[in-house]
Amino acid sequence: MSTDTKRALLKPIVDDNPVTLHVLGICSALAVTTSLLPSLYMCVALTVVAALSNAAVSAIRHILPSSIRIIVQMTIIASLVIVVDESLKAFAFETSRELSVFVGLIITNCIILGRTESFASKNPVGLSFLDGIGNGLGYSSILILVATTRELLGSGTLLGYTIFPNAADGGWYKPNGMMLLPPSAFFVIGLIIWAVRTWKVEQVEKPDFRIHEVHRTEVM
Amino acid sequence: MGSYVELFIKAAFVENLALSFFLGMCTFLAVSKRINTALGLGAAVVGVQLITVPANTFLYHYVLEEGALAWAGLPDIDLSFLGLVTYIGVIAAMVQILEMLLDRFFPRLFHALGIYLPLITVNCAILGGSLFSVSRDYTMGESVVFGVGSGFGWALALVALAGIREKLNYSDVPAGLQGLGITFIIVGLMSLGFMAFAGIQL
Repeated sequence: MSTDTKRALLKPIVDDNPVTLHVLGICSALAVTTSLLPSLYMCVALTVVAALSNAAVSAIRHILPSSIRIIVQMTIIASLVIVVDESLKAFAFETSRELSVFVGLIITNCIILGRTESFASKNPVGLSFLDGIGNGLGYSSILILVATTRELLGSGTLLGYTIFPNAADGGWYKPNGMMLLPPSAFFVIGLIIWAVRTWKVEQVEKPDFRIHEVHRTEVM
Repeated sequence: MGSYVELFIKAAFVENLALSFFLGMCTFLAVSKRINTALGLGAAVVGVQLITVPANTFLYHYVLEEGALAWAGLPDIDLSFLGLVTYIGVIAAMVQILEMLLDRFFPRLFHALGIYLPLITVNCAILGGSLFSVSRDYTMGESVVFGVGSGFGWALALVALAGIREKLNYSDVPAGLQGLGITFIIVGLMSLGFMAFAGIQL
């Protein structure tokens, strides 16, 4: 692989992650992660839409007047999401019930519009396609991490299979009910961000204000 | 009347779009640094919700739903698959109008909001409001109340978070949690607080 393709594909996974660094696409990352299976469907759906919309926008980038580009991009994204939504309803009806409005909300997922706007409108088709897949993978890695933590600690199962036997059925694990509630998603992502930034120190944000210790004599 | 009040309370607090459905998070986290900007954006979102939710509900019931075109003599047509494109079109148009109005009458707010004003188009809270209203089969009256209530709840959460973050400037946060990390933890705690509303019966 040449360095360009490799960078487009791999950089968004940790170094340039859309969720933890750019704060994009948070809504669905939080909402669908109570269990692993719907999260996996969501990852696939988002990656497909990101890759195809990037490729489509890149293909028309020379003939698209910039004054109407947002509307055109939204239309492309919305059409792709409708296709994904209808196919989910056809082949995985139960999961599509569970995801409810969140498949439709891929349209307003900022990762997609962010990538078509900042990358696909300046780069060739192949590279844009890979960039879409790369960003989909970056998003998926966070989603899978959060969903695994929440399902494992919240109900002791993964993909519906029991990993920790529940105390209610004679096992030893007492499920942590809070993990299934909305607040825990924020805590888990906050902790993931902390972990990533301890590892990649250059992502740490500078504080707006510095606290410095005032010596008694300065006040006088 | 009572049911409208109940719906308003439910949309604003119990089912808060930001804190229990995680909608509009990108803007929620990005614009919550200062109370003034947060107030402006909150007001803009309430305004957009007030118009788009009823407009989209109306479109669904009279144009898109199966058999909805009976008034035009076309009872067999089902256009509901076009829903998403229609809603996002209506929202984009409304935001464009709002942008022109703000530029004309409130230029300072217009500049303070900057890039986040056009981004209301891709604010999931707005599209989510329309989708919920359609999928829960609200009537026109209910959809107006739901639009205002959900927008109000979102704005309230945004302003509250901005207040906390202004105070947070004076605290000593560990390096890795600085900025985004600590904000997530705070929003988690706020969301815990809002869960207390879940028991309210009117």
